[in-house]
Amino acid sequence: MLPLLWLIPTLPLAGFLVLALSGKYLGHRSIAVIGTSSVALSALIAILIGIDFIAVPPPGFVFRQEAWIWIAVAGFSPGIGFYLDALSLVMVLVVTIISFLIHLYSTEFMTGDDGYARFFAYMNLFVGSMCILVLADNLLFLYLGWEGVGLCSYLLIGFWYRDSGNGRAARKAFIVTRIGDTAMALGLFLLFTHLGTLDIQSLMQRVTQQWPEGSELAILAAALLLGGAVGKSAQFPLQVWLPDAMAGPTPVSALMHAATMVTAGVYLIARTHVLFSLAPPVQLAVAVIGALTLLLAGFSALAQKDIKRVLAYSTISQIGYMFLALGVGAWSAAIFHLMTHAFFKALLFLSAGVVIMSLHEEHDIFRMGGLRKKLPVAFWTFLIGSASLAALPLVTAGFYSKDLILWQAWSSAGGNPWLWAAGWGGAILTGLYIFRVVFLVFFGEARAATPPDTRRPGLRITIPLIVLAAFSIVGGWIETPPFLGNLTLFSSFVQHALPPAQVVHDGKNDETILELLAMAASLGSIALAYLLFLRYPAFLHGLMLIPALARIRKFWHFGWGFDRFYEFLFVRPYLWLAYADRNDVIDNIYKMAISFTLRWLQKVDRHDVIDYIYSGLAELCLFLYRALSATQSGQVRRYAAAIAAGSIGIIFIGIFA
Amino acid sequence: MGATMRTAEAIAAIPMHHGLMLAAILFALGVIGVLVRRNLIFILMSIEIMLNAAGLAFVVAGARWEQADGQAMFIFILAVAAAEVSVGLALLLLLHRRFQTLDADAVSKMRG
Amino acid sequence: MILPTLIFILVAGGVLSWVVERWHPGSAKWVALATAGIELVLTIWLWLQSASAMALPAHGGWLAEIRAEWIPRFGVSFHLAMDGISLILVVLTAFLGVVSVACSWTEIQERAGFFYFNLLWTLAGAVGVFLALDLFLFFFFWELMLVPMYFMIAIWGHEKRQYASIKFFIFTEGSGLFMLVAILALVFIHYGSTGVLTFDYFELLNTAMSPSTELWIMLGFFIAFAVKTPIVPFHTWLPDAHTEAPTAGSVILAGVLLKTGAYGLLRFVVPLFPQAAGYFAPVAMALGAIGILYGAFLAFAQTDFKRLVAYTSVSHLGFAVVGIFAWNPWSLGGAVMQMIAHGISTGALFVIAGILQERTHTRDMRRFGGVWGVMPRLAAMGLFFAIAALGLPGMGNFVGEFLVLMGLSRVNSVLASVAAVAFVTSVVYGLALVQKIFHGENTHGWQLHDLSGREMATLYSMAAITLWLGLYPQPVLDTAALAIDGPRNIATGQYHSGAE
Repeated sequence: MLPLLWLIPTLPLAGFLVLALSGKYLGHRSIAVIGTSSVALSALIAILIGIDFIAVPPPGFVFRQEAWIWIAVAGFSPGIGFYLDALSLVMVLVVTIISFLIHLYSTEFMTGDDGYARFFAYMNLFVGSMCILVLADNLLFLYLGWEGVGLCSYLLIGFWYRDSGNGRAARKAFIVTRIGDTAMALGLFLLFTHLGTLDIQSLMQRVTQQWPEGSELAILAAALLLGGAVGKSAQFPLQVWLPDAMAGPTPVSALMHAATMVTAGVYLIARTHVLFSLAPPVQLAVAVIGALTLLLAGFSALAQKDIKRVLAYSTISQIGYMFLALGVGAWSAAIFHLMTHAFFKALLFLSAGVVIMSLHEEHDIFRMGGLRKKLPVAFWTFLIGSASLAALPLVTAGFYSKDLILWQAWSSAGGNPWLWAAGWGGAILTGLYIFRVVFLVFFGEARAATPPDTRRPGLRITIPLIVLAAFSIVGGWIETPPFLGNLTLFSSFVQHALPPAQVVHDGKNDETILELLAMAASLGSIALAYLLFLRYPAFLHGLMLIPALARIRKFWHFGWGFDRFYEFLFVRPYLWLAYADRNDVIDNIYKMAISFTLRWLQKVDRHDVIDYIYSGLAELCLFLYRALSATQSGQVRRYAAAIAAGSIGIIFIGIFA
Repeated sequence: MGATMRTAEAIAAIPMHHGLMLAAILFALGVIGVLVRRNLIFILMSIEIMLNAAGLAFVVAGARWEQADGQAMFIFILAVAAAEVSVGLALLLLLHRRFQTLDADAVSKMRG
Repeated sequence: MILPTLIFILVAGGVLSWVVERWHPGSAKWVALATAGIELVLTIWLWLQSASAMALPAHGGWLAEIRAEWIPRFGVSFHLAMDGISLILVVLTAFLGVVSVACSWTEIQERAGFFYFNLLWTLAGAVGVFLALDLFLFFFFWELMLVPMYFMIAIWGHEKRQYASIKFFIFTEGSGLFMLVAILALVFIHYGSTGVLTFDYFELLNTAMSPSTELWIMLGFFIAFAVKTPIVPFHTWLPDAHTEAPTAGSVILAGVLLKTGAYGLLRFVVPLFPQAAGYFAPVAMALGAIGILYGAFLAFAQTDFKRLVAYTSVSHLGFAVVGIFAWNPWSLGGAVMQMIAHGISTGALFVIAGILQERTHTRDMRRFGGVWGVMPRLAAMGLFFAIAALGLPGMGNFVGEFLVLMGLSRVNSVLASVAAVAFVTSVVYGLALVQKIFHGENTHGWQLHDLSGREMATLYSMAAITLWLGLYPQPVLDTAALAIDGPRNIATGQYHSGAE
C-alpha cells in the first residue's frame, strides 16, 4: 500500500480541479459525491497505509517518495516529495478522517446554498493542501501546503462573499497568518544559506552536526520558524484572526480548528523539533507563548456571547496547551493532544452547527436555552465534546491528553511549576467556559426569539456526530498514566519520530498528586459553572453591576484589546499613508519641479536683465516662425514658383560667381 | 545602313545651340504653364512639356557627341514621366472626388 | 538564418495586416493572429531544439548566431545571437503577442489595420532587442519598439491618452539618450585603447577604462534600463501609460517592454561594467527593494483597476532588479523566472481589466462589486491571477520571488528581510483587488455576460502556464541557467571584487 502515498493529497486536489472546472454543470448530488468521495478515498488509503505501516514497518520507520524535482538551481533542489513516518502518519490519519466526516456533514448542512460546488471545491483544496503540508519531505514543499492552507482559509472564511464583513474577516486571517509566513520564509532562507538544503531530515542532521546547542544561528532560525507557527496556529501575539474567522460556514470552522490550518504550527514545531531543542531560549518562548495564550484565550472565551466565538477562543487556548507541551519538550504529548482535540473540537463545532441551523442562524447563547429535549442529538454530542474539552476524568479523551501535558509541564527538563500552574489554571477556565455554554444553551428556560426547528437532522449529519463523539471518548484510551494501566501505545508508536520527554523532576507521588489536582480542577470547574450559570445566575448579574468588573468583562470580550491595539499601531497608519500617497509622491515631485521651473522662468521673464535677451530671442523666434509659416501657403503653384525662382537664382550664382 | 548615316549627318547638320534653344523655350513654356494655370490637368501637361524639354536637351547633346547616352536618358525620362503621370492622375482623381474641383489653389489645407 | 526570420515575420506581418485591412476590412486581426501564431510556433520549435543542443556545453550558452556587415566604416554589424535568456524572453514575447491579438479582437474597431501594424512592429522591436548583440543595432531596435507603442497609446488609448503617451515617450526617449551617449563613449574609449572602432558586444566586453569612467558610462546604461524596468524614482510614466493604453498595449507594455529593461541590466550593465556594477550594486539593490515595497504600497490605494495592476508591476520588477544585482545563480534564476511569471500573470490581469472595461466602460473599482455573482468564470480567473500576483506557492511568481530573496539573503540578509515584507503587502493589495471587484454586493446591478470562448481560451491558457511555471519551472530555469553561467563567469570575479 505504501507506494500509494502520493494519492492522499492528490485525490482531494483532483476533486478540487474537477469541481472547479465543471462544478457549474453538475447537480448537487454529483457534487456531493465527488467532493466527499475524493476525501473518503484518501482517508481510506491513509488507513490502509497506516495498517501496512504498523504491520510491516518500512526500514527505519520511514517511507519516502518523490514525484519530481520541483526547482533545481545550483545545489538548491527541493522536490515534490513525500515523507511518511510515525508523526506524519498520525497527522495524515487525523486530517483525512476528520475531514471526511466534516465533508459528509457538509453535504447535508450546505444543501441549497448556491455556491455548493464552490464550497466543496475549496474544502477539497483545503484538505489537499493540508495533506501536502503534513507529508512534505522538504520545507519548501511544506511551505506550499502551508500557504495553500492559508489561501483556503481565506476563501472559505469569505465564502459568503456578498457580505463585506466576511470579506474583512477573511482578509484579516490571510494577512495576519501571512505575517507569520514571511518570518517562516526568512527562516527557510537562513537555513538554506547556512546548511545548504531544505530537506527536513538532512536539515535536522546538519543542524546537529554544525550548530552547537544555543548557537545564535540556531536560535534565529528556530525563532523565525516559530513566527510562522505562531501565525498559523493563532498564538499570541498573532491570535487575533481566529475569532473573526467564524464568519465562514460552520463546517469550515470545524475543518479549520480540528483538522487543518491551526494545527499546522504545532506540526511544524514537532517536525523540526531537533532545531528547537538546539535553541533553548526559543523553546522556552514556545512554552511561555503557549501558557500565556491559553490563559488569555480562556478568559476571553468566558466573556463571549457568540457560541462559535467561544469555541474559537477555546481552540486558541487548546493550541496553547500544545505549544506548552512543545515548549517543554513533550513532543508526543503535544501531538496526542492535537489528535484528541481534533476529535472533540470537530464534534463541538458540528453539533453547534446543528444548534445554529435549527435556531435559524442564531449565534447568541443568551438567546438559546432549554434545547436539551428539543435537540437530543446535538445535546448529547455537544455534551460529550464539552466533557472531553473540560477533561472530565477517566471517561474522556481530553483528560488523558491534557493530563499528560500538565504532568510533563511539571516534570520534564524544560518544565517548571509556573508552567504547570498556568496549565492548571487554564484547565479550570476551560471547564468554566465550555460548561457555561452547555448550561446556557441546553438547560434552563428557552430564550430563543423563534421556536427551534426540531426536525431531526438527517443521517449525513448524525453519523459524523456519533463517530466523532465515540472518538472523543475512546480516543484517549491508547495512552494512560501509570496508575491507570500505563498504556503507552501512542507515545511508543510516535517515538520513532519524536523522542520521549526527559523526566527530571520525578518524585514518587508527584504524578498521582498532580493527576488528582487536575481531576479536581476539571470537576470543580464544571461544578462552579453549574452554580454560576444555571443555579445562581443572579449572583453573576450582581457582580456585573460593578463597573470595574463589567469593564474587565468587556475587555475580555474584545480579546484583551489586541484588535484595537493593532488597528491603531499598524492598520490605520498604513491606510492613512496609502491614501495620502495614492497619487504617488514621486510623480508629484516631478510635476511640481516642472511647474516650478516654468513659473520661475516666467518670473525671470518679467524682472530680470537677462530677460531681454530671452525675450528678444523669443520674439525673434516668433517673427521667424510667422515669416516662415507665411510661406507655407498651401498653394502648389506658389511652391512651384519658388522652386523656379530658386533654380534661376542658383543658375545665376553658378554663372557669375 | 546608308539611310541611318544620312539621318545622323542631317541631325549633325543642325547646330547644337538651335536644339538647346528649342529645349529652353519649351522648358520656359512649361514653367510658365505650371505657374499661371490653375487647372491641375494643365499643370500636369506643363510638367510633361518640361520633362520633354529636358529630354530634348539630352538627345541634342547625345547627337552632338555621338554618344547613345542621350537617347538612353530620354528613354529613362519617358519612363519616369509615365510613372509621374500615373501618380499625378491618381492624385487628381482623388482630389476631384473629394473637393469636386480641379483648381490647384483650392487645395491649400497644408498651409502653415 | 532563423534569427532574422523571427524579426522579419513580425515586420512583414505588420505591413501585411495594414495593407490587407484596406482590401478586406476585418481581416487584419486574422493576419496578425496568424503572424503571432507562426512566431510562437517557431520559437517553441526553437526551444525544443535547444533543449537537446543545451546538453553540449561547447556552445558556450549561445544557441544561434548571425553576423553580417552593416556599416563597416563605423564598425557596425548586423549581429544577432540567441542564448537561453533571449530564447525564453522571445518565447514570452511571441506568446503575449498571440494573447494581445486575441484580447484586441473586438476591442479595436477603428483603424484596425494600423493598430495591428503597430502591435506587430512593437513586438518586432522587442524581439530585436532581445537578440541584438551589436550596440548600435540594439539601440536601433530599442527605439523601434517605442514609436509604434507611442501610437498605440496615443490613438487607441483611453481618456488621458495624450498625456500618458507623451509622458511615456519623453521618459523613454530621454533615458534612451543617456544610453546612446554611454554607448558612444564606450565605443570611443574602446577605439582609443585598441584602435578598433566597433559596436560589437563581444569586442566591447573587457574594455579597459578607469573606474570612474566605468561608473559614469555604467550609469548611462543603468538609467535607460532603470526607466524601462522601472526602478523606483523613474517609474512614474508607467502607471499612466499602462492605465491609458488599450488592453493589448498594456499587456505588451507589462509583459514585454518592461522586460527589455531588466534584460538590459542582465545582458549589458553587469557584464560590460562588472566592477562599476559591483560597486553600485548595493544602491541598485536598495532601489529595487524600495520599488518592491513602494509599488505594493501604492497599488493598495488605487481605485483604478489597471492602475493598481500597473503598480504591482513596479513591485514585481523590483524583484527582478534585486535578483540581477545580487548576482548569484539563485537570484539570477529567480529574476528570469520572475520576469516570465510576471509577464503572464500581470498580462492576464490586464486582459481581465480589459474584458471588464469592454463590458462596463469603466475601470473604477468603486463602481464594481459582486462581479462573482454575474461573471463567475471571469471572477475565478481574477482570483486566480490575483493570487498568482501575491506570490502563492505553486504559481510562477512564487518561484521567482523565493529564489530572488533566497539569493539576496546570501548577499545581504537585512535587505532580504526588508524586501520580504512585500509578502505581506502584496497580500494586502491582492485581496483588496479581489474584494473590491469580485466579492461584495453587486450594488450597481451589473448584468454582464460571462467569458466568451475566445476569452476563456486566452485566460485558461495563461492560467495553465502560470501553474506549470509554479510546479515545474525546471525547463525555464535550465534554459536560463546556461545563459546565466556565461556572463556570470565573465563578470563574477570582477563584480564581487567591485562590491568589496
